[in-house]
Amino acid sequence: MTYITKPRIDLPGQSTNKIGLLRRDYEGVLSTLCAGCGHDSITAAIVQAFWELSIPPEKVVKLSGIGCSSKTPAYFISGAHGFNSVHGRMPSVATGALAGNRDLVCIGVSGDGDSLSIGFGQFGHAVRRNINMLYIIENNGVYGLTKGQFSASADKGSKAKRGEINQWKNIDSVSTAISMGGSFAARSFSGDREQLVTLIKAGVMHPGCAILDVVSPCVTFNDHLGSTKSYLYTRDHYHPALETDFVAPANEITTSYAEGESTVVELHDGSKLLLKKADSGYDATNRSKVLRYLEQQRARGEVVTGLLFINAELPEMHLIYGTSKTAMKDLRFDKLNPGSLALAELQSRMR
Amino acid sequence: MPESRVNDFVLKIATVNGTGSASANSLLMKALFRMGLPITGKNLFPSNIQGLPTWYEIRANHRGYMSRSGRVDVMVAMNAQTYQRDLAEVSPGGFLIYDSTWPRERELTRDDITVLGVPLAKLCNKHFRKARVRILMKNVAYVGVLSALLGIDTRILRALLEETFASKTELVESNLQAINLGYKYATDNFTCPLPVRAEAMGDNKDYVLMDGNAAAGLGCVYAGATVGAWYPITPSTSLMDSFNFYCNMFRTDKSSGDKNYCIVQAEDELAAAGIVLGANWVGARAFTPTSGPGISLMSEFIGFAYYAEIPSVFFDVQRVGPSTGMPTRTQQCDIMLCAFASHGDTMHPLLLPANPGECFEMAVAAFDLAEHLQTPVFVLSDLDIGMNDWMIPELKWDDGYRPDRGKVLQAEDVEKLEKFYRYLDTDGDGIAARTLPGDHPKGAYFTRGSGHNRLGAYTENEDEYKEIIDRLMVKWETAKKLIPEPRLKPAKKKTSIGIIAYGSSDGAVLEALDHLRTEDIHADYLRVLGFPFNGKVSEFVEDHETVFVVEQNRDGQLRTLLILETNTDAAKLIPVLHYNGMPIPSQCVIEGVSKHLDTEAA
Ligand SMILES: Cc1ncc(C[n+]2csc(CCOP(=O)(O)OP(=O)(O)O)c2C)c(N)n1
Ligand code: SF4
Ligand SMILES: [Mg+2]
Repeated sequence: MTYITKPRIDLPGQSTNKIGLLRRDYEGVLSTLCAGCGHDSITAAIVQAFWELSIPPEKVVKLSGIGCSSKTPAYFISGAHGFNSVHGRMPSVATGALAGNRDLVCIGVSGDGDSLSIGFGQFGHAVRRNINMLYIIENNGVYGLTKGQFSASADKGSKAKRGEINQWKNIDSVSTAISMGGSFAARSFSGDREQLVTLIKAGVMHPGCAILDVVSPCVTFNDHLGSTKSYLYTRDHYHPALETDFVAPANEITTSYAEGESTVVELHDGSKLLLKKADSGYDATNRSKVLRYLEQQRARGEVVTGLLFINAELPEMHLIYGTSKTAMKDLRFDKLNPGSLALAELQSRMR
Repeated sequence: MPESRVNDFVLKIATVNGTGSASANSLLMKALFRMGLPITGKNLFPSNIQGLPTWYEIRANHRGYMSRSGRVDVMVAMNAQTYQRDLAEVSPGGFLIYDSTWPRERELTRDDITVLGVPLAKLCNKHFRKARVRILMKNVAYVGVLSALLGIDTRILRALLEETFASKTELVESNLQAINLGYKYATDNFTCPLPVRAEAMGDNKDYVLMDGNAAAGLGCVYAGATVGAWYPITPSTSLMDSFNFYCNMFRTDKSSGDKNYCIVQAEDELAAAGIVLGANWVGARAFTPTSGPGISLMSEFIGFAYYAEIPSVFFDVQRVGPSTGMPTRTQQCDIMLCAFASHGDTMHPLLLPANPGECFEMAVAAFDLAEHLQTPVFVLSDLDIGMNDWMIPELKWDDGYRPDRGKVLQAEDVEKLEKFYRYLDTDGDGIAARTLPGDHPKGAYFTRGSGHNRLGAYTENEDEYKEIIDRLMVKWETAKKLIPEPRLKPAKKKTSIGIIAYGSSDGAVLEALDHLRTEDIHADYLRVLGFPFNGKVSEFVEDHETVFVVEQNRDGQLRTLLILETNTDAAKLIPVLHYNGMPIPSQCVIEGVSKHLDTEAA
């Protein structure tokens, strides 16, 4: 057997979404990751979020680099085209895919090794171009697939399974994305399904590059005492800075909050993000305040989660380039080819 | 008495980089072109923005020879820094023109050439006020001197200036004044024209002046490419400049200003390659122009595209390496690199243009091949073709052309299938159908660089892996039928001597063949237009006792490929190599061939 087909069990009472699809229509082949791996929980959250958003599977492209995390696009939305690229280079392939077809819903899955070491440059430039995608970093502090070496996201002082202590300061994808001028930066935890599903939905609907860093423990190489990316440590230091509600376009915001307790961010398609502050005074739209806050919490060793920064007004790549509304791949050849007369005419100036 | 050389001379202009001599040189080129002379212009420039020496070399030849000849009949020595070496380079009987505003050291002279001093700076300083204008006009003034000495029609110069500056009449006037200053000084002081001179011989109306990068960029527009990704590198940069320029001209919606193209200046060549793969994967024609160092960086992705079968087009405008090497000089040094780019079992089709006309045609062909074969395709040009000024027959376009998109299933085709399998070859040509994202839920498949089987699923099974990698060899056989055939130029007499060359070495070989014939050496010439080689290449090698392989690199890379791919006896392939960074002169071929034949005869 070369790959494992998931048995499809129709459970009674499973409901369909707006386009008549079941939750299982958003699943992929069976995962081959270690039992208990955080990455599998993220996969489940992706399935849930895309099903809830009722996105037609064929409109989705799912891309990744290399790593345990990057294997996961095979495990969700089997009706979407997938692209498991090379180590650290998922962002460039996503850039090209979106350059060629801006109508696609693009999700990229990467790891902390994939994005913060070998692919740090491409990560930065995806943020800088603000390409319209959800970019998930499944963050376990190690290189899972090559058996547990520290990654650049490992905290200074964190202990490896064999006892080695990490001496290097970590690179934080969230504050890096914000300081580079990114439009959306969030952090979550693979163990908090509810928050994760909401943030995935927000990231998919955000009209730009949504960076979502998800702490996702590696049970095999980084879940021991002394690790700062274990289930235990993350639960102990888990600190939601704000709660987010995703409100689909036609729906009304039903709950009411006291003044100053919440912010509403409207997205271009009419959907809304309701940000409820857990920490008083937290403002996810104020870049410098957010960065200061993150730095403070980092010093305390807190794992700050939530939609930590958003600016839905920043233009994405196509708006900056001024490319046509029609996807490049759909432009008709006669619109692209100037023809023989034009060729003769332009050459008259080359004599 | 200097020999008479009418419409057969080399004019070389030595200046300092950044002093604005380019427009003066282009004026000379175009004027000679309009007099009907076959000409080529080669820019021999430094890797520098301002201050280092630079040369422009124009060869006019009534027989149409395009390569460097190794001669210099008229040298315009405007750069004091290189005066000594410029003086030394003039062929016996030739002429040297210098700016006599400043006295020249006595020992710097030669008895076998004629040295003509013109006080260019003095003339211009007297006539023009602004410092920058004086420097620029000094260049235009030497055009005036040359028009008198070489017999260049001043009416053509005036017409060219009027076209260039159109409404800016004061610029036309000042340029004309500078021309007249030079022209008058020359006619007053020297016997004009020189025995080395131009005489009108037609109007070249079926020809144009173009460089290969402009042509290739234009070819991408005509091929319907919509996504271009790149990272700047000499000598490929002007290819994307050209694509951008013509897209701006032809692909911008008049009313909305929307662009029907998308050019991404990537963060590096790795990213450029990734963008090209991503865009082609979703069904847009995408390409990247680069040079050797860029191909090195792209290599991992190139192997991915080969194994996952993603169409992609790479232009390698070759320069001198390894490493940074001499980035503003030319070589044919990446043919091995590109043919086998990436780790593992990989091989890639190459297209080998010899001039800008072929850059245009092969740019279009590259997209067709890449999509038909679902694989990376390389167009290997070089700095000489890409950045120098070539006279070529006017480009033609067939409006009946439609792109070959290869086996791409449309939504309605997918609908009819029970199930779609990405890597299933159903008709034996080694190519499986693909689908595009966004079209149909049943068309979805997973693209991966890891082991996959013919159904498109992950595998580590030895037979399944081998099945795919063997099918890629079937595809390679299909490629052989699609690569343009080599071009044969048979000798006028039956001969056992053959010459094989490709790309920018063509001109040197063609001229050498004529010369060798006068020494009763006859050779059949086969120009290779692509890789994998088609059967005619093997036949040619088999049919000749001695085959000279002419190319511009140290290691004889084309020769190595021929040995690998044709089962020939290596001993009969004689390398004729040129690799100092200057375009190959015909002399190199003449000497390489005749020396070998002499030693064989001895
Ligand atoms: C060019 C290249 N270098 C090295 C590797 C080996 N490699 C595979 S995955 C990986 C690290 C993955 O780490 P991360 O992105 O954190 O993913 P995880 O497995 O932890 O989910 C490395 C170094 C590779 N595949 N390609
Ligand atoms: S090694 Fe770690 S990251 Fe990889 S699958 Fe196992 S638990 Fe997950
Ligand atoms: Mg990791």
